[in-house]
Amino acid sequence: METKIIKLTTPLTADKVQSLKAGDRVAISGVIYTGRDAAHKRLVTALDENRELPCNLQDAIIYFVGPCPAKPNTPIGSAGPTTSGRMDAYSPRLIRDCQLRGMIGKGNRSQAVVDAMTQYGCVYFAATGGAGALIAKSIKKAEIIAYEDLGAEAIYRLEVEDFPAVVAIDSSGKSLYK
Amino acid sequence: MKRKIEFATIVEAVKKCCIEGTKVLPQDVYLKLEEAEKNETNSLAKDFLRQCILNADIARNEAMPICQDTGFAVYFIEIGQDVEIIGGTLTEAINEGTRQGYKEGYLRKSIVTDPLFERKNTRDNTPAVIHYDLIAGDKLKITFAPKGGGSENMSGVKMLKPSDGRAGVVDFVVNTVVNASGNPCPPTIVGVGIGGTFEKCAFLAKKALLRKVGEKNPNPLYAELEEEILNKINQSQVGPQGLGGDTTALAVHIEYYPCHIASMPLAVNLNCHAARHYEVEL
Repeated sequence: METKIIKLTTPLTADKVQSLKAGDRVAISGVIYTGRDAAHKRLVTALDENRELPCNLQDAIIYFVGPCPAKPNTPIGSAGPTTSGRMDAYSPRLIRDCQLRGMIGKGNRSQAVVDAMTQYGCVYFAATGGAGALIAKSIKKAEIIAYEDLGAEAIYRLEVEDFPAVVAIDSSGKSLYK
Repeated sequence: MKRKIEFATIVEAVKKCCIEGTKVLPQDVYLKLEEAEKNETNSLAKDFLRQCILNADIARNEAMPICQDTGFAVYFIEIGQDVEIIGGTLTEAINEGTRQGYKEGYLRKSIVTDPLFERKNTRDNTPAVIHYDLIAGDKLKITFAPKGGGSENMSGVKMLKPSDGRAGVVDFVVNTVVNASGNPCPPTIVGVGIGGTFEKCAFLAKKALLRKVGEKNPNPLYAELEEEILNKINQSQVGPQGLGGDTTALAVHIEYYPCHIASMPLAVNLNCHAARHYEVEL
């Protein structure tokens, strides 16, 4: 039986978020931003200090990843998801203050994150942890837009085509994690 | 009579370990993933396992790292007493090989200078973590076992009482794996160290991950325990990526060591399905 895959394009508006349900398999195309804990810490510090963020996160998706360096003539190296739990301390703030609509990572999220997702409308996608070479195939372009000094933890702007993921926690709080 | 090995020879060998060892999934792990995919009954879990297998194919064919987390560079070294290193120390040679391998292999640099305060990336993935074993003979065996952060973070150590017995061991190992949920990139390989001291059991847990996947402990009592723990873990339905399914772990490997009359130290070290290792003998 062929499983239905929902094609999603960015920006991820509130109505698109509402339509996604836990368990849906999706293929994401458009622009997404990367960020791990070190970058999240800087984003939240910038919000605290009323400074402008290096990217507009409204209706955006953040992918929790620290990619490998690109070999010559390739856009990026292997680029699978990192453990999302390390971003739990920061995600609610970005969801509330920036209208961040989507996150991609691996592993369960805290109750505080799920609460922010249901209150403000945001969805959490799981990508296949450890499938960094496979996922890199869906990334067509990558450029560092902030925090280059963090190395692999810098924020990249990625252009993706049919990035494979699953809705792990939807905006009603329904979750595939037990 | 000492056998001389040049510093530069070791650097080259270590470099090769880094570049090859991060891109090729060992055959035993690959076959185990195929077997798991065949037996898995949950359709989403089956999809994830297929992606893992396809990922390993892409990595091998296109010389890309299997996983972007090319890890802490961990080495297990067996050095014969009759070996003499010419031109520098073995530790320096391993760090230099790591530096060159991670740069030339386009591998991710994941090490920060100090754990608590500055956390500044060292930019060359050094220093390595190196375990030495001095043995008889004139050979030098280098085993590279890069270790990702996601699975490492889900490890655990518990100083059990001898009276906790077999049941205490089963409980702690199963709970550690189940509570880790999707974080360590299941299906995992579960390394268990029992006995020795606090640090010895942790070392044994890590060393257990080097065994060929699913190869049993030669002691039938421990082999049976490995099987029981594996079955309990897989009954949990945590599944690949923690999203449900029959395949939470591919194998449980236990290593043990004599211990103090008062103690029963127990450590669990998890490895993700991208269980990489590479050996070179000089």
